[in-house]
Amino acid sequence: MRRGVVSSEQFTGWAFVTPAAVIIGLFGAAPIVWSALMSFQKNNLLTPDTPFVGTANYRQLAHDPVVAQAIQHTLIYTALFVPGTMAAGLFLAVAMNRKIRFISLYRTAAYATMAISTISEAIVFIWLFDPSYGVINYFLSWFGVPPQQFINSPSQALYVIVIMTIWGWTGFAVVIYLAALQGVPQHLTEAAAIDGAGPWQAFRRVTLPLLSPASLFLAVWLTINALQLFDEVYLSTQGGPLNATTVLVYYLYTQAFQQFNFGYASAIAYFLFLVIIVITVIQFRVGRRFTYYRS
Amino acid sequence: MTATSAPARGGVRSPAGGGGQPARRRWRLPFSPWHLVLIPATIALIFPFVWLVVTSVETPAEALHFPPVLVPHQIRLANYPDALHSAPFGRFFVNSAIVAVVTVLSNLVLCSLAGYAFARFRFLGRTALFAVIMATLMVPFQVTMIPQFIITKWLGVHVLAAVGINHIGALILPNAATAFGIFFLRQFFRTLPLEYEESARVDGASRLTVLIRIVLPLATPALATLAALTFLDSWNNFLWPLIAITSTNQMTLPLGLATFQGAHQTEWTLLMAANVMSLVPMLCIFFLAQRHFIRSVAATGLAGT
Repeated sequence: MRRGVVSSEQFTGWAFVTPAAVIIGLFGAAPIVWSALMSFQKNNLLTPDTPFVGTANYRQLAHDPVVAQAIQHTLIYTALFVPGTMAAGLFLAVAMNRKIRFISLYRTAAYATMAISTISEAIVFIWLFDPSYGVINYFLSWFGVPPQQFINSPSQALYVIVIMTIWGWTGFAVVIYLAALQGVPQHLTEAAAIDGAGPWQAFRRVTLPLLSPASLFLAVWLTINALQLFDEVYLSTQGGPLNATTVLVYYLYTQAFQQFNFGYASAIAYFLFLVIIVITVIQFRVGRRFTYYRS
Repeated sequence: MTATSAPARGGVRSPAGGGGQPARRRWRLPFSPWHLVLIPATIALIFPFVWLVVTSVETPAEALHFPPVLVPHQIRLANYPDALHSAPFGRFFVNSAIVAVVTVLSNLVLCSLAGYAFARFRFLGRTALFAVIMATLMVPFQVTMIPQFIITKWLGVHVLAAVGINHIGALILPNAATAFGIFFLRQFFRTLPLEYEESARVDGASRLTVLIRIVLPLATPALATLAALTFLDSWNNFLWPLIAITSTNQMTLPLGLATFQGAHQTEWTLLMAANVMSLVPMLCIFFLAQRHFIRSVAATGLAGT
């Protein structure tokens, strides 16, 4: 009896997981190993054989000036995008966390940015920031600012991408912070007010610590996405002008699918993976010190 | 409105500060001061959408005019059919819809099965298999995309053309089951009480019947969340279609739009008309199911915290 039950569970268990496991194994797990091997090979699609070349790809990576630039751009982008999005999301969520007139209209406006794809978003923004006919240059002219080159300028292009992606992610940050704010019990902020705390102090000392788990989640989630920035760069600048917006994934893409250096591209991919792991671990380590869990 | 909301917050202070004295008369806005912040913020959030629509109904001359024409002299709707004539946006839309719907359905089925097995059954290799699947969750797509490209290419040539490079099947199969979906549903199934399932088993129901008749109806909120998130992911996916698809009639909307943008760089009015057409269906779905999308996104956030 017991044996029968166990073996039926064995069979059904495997029957249930096999379809999903085959797909994830084939397209998820096997490629992890394969690309690890490939990163030690010379594999450029032109020659049929793929000889092992030791750590040559990684050594090339360490000396590639474009990689150094790409790392720099990726980090600058991340350092601006993540805090920018979190600040915008927190500010709007706090402003929207009250029952006032038109509040659902305000909230919907923020949520709507979630419905737009990265490509649609990038197309709208390169038009807004068009150097010759863009409406942003027109607005700036009201304040006496001369026309800017924006995505045509090596010193500005990356910041335009920062702005468009912050806009695109604001809705997400608002949703996360609004949900977290709903979990902040009113009696705590009221108690702070009774103890003589002003609204700002109550926010800083009571609300903000209670939001810290949401902040940590957002910081980690947005950083992982920021380090993988690609769509907006591909659409707006293709890494230019003068490599000013070449970020790691864009460079990886050009190496893999324009130059067909699969070996070298795999090494870049693993390097990116390492960067993501290191930064995420640091965030959790540092974040834990500032994160307050109520339970 | 203000009368009810303002004292609720402002009034809290008076017992502490005021004691018995009459509260000092302060100048008050006739509406919540938060509107002063929210109105400009909302304008900033909405403006890109507005400008997109305005440009899509301008004449090329108006679009390429500086200072920009903020209100077009006449609404030029002809940009829309013109855009449709220069690229098959209807086709892109159908492709996107097919890919998204099939991906959602197959994820619901396959992740339910696998998630349920991981939640409830003991079988040889369960822990190891689950660990491997979870490991894939942590690896960024960029690490796996080159082998995925080679495997897809091979499958298309040697197994089934419909899942090979340059077919929308290539956009579905690799995402037909996801580690996230399995993990997410497993976590949810584990929170369900065992009693219903056990009593159904005693009554002679098979495992599959228990899953379909008992567990899945209880898991509707989780399934809806997974469906919403999978749909958004699939609809917005760009990098994999960019790699896997080069023929125009197999392109999805983001890829079609990006290709169109590359080819018609200066025809802003057509580009914006195309962009509006690609956005509207998603905006409609989003507004109709807004509450649900929001809850789903919030759920992943709260689960993460």
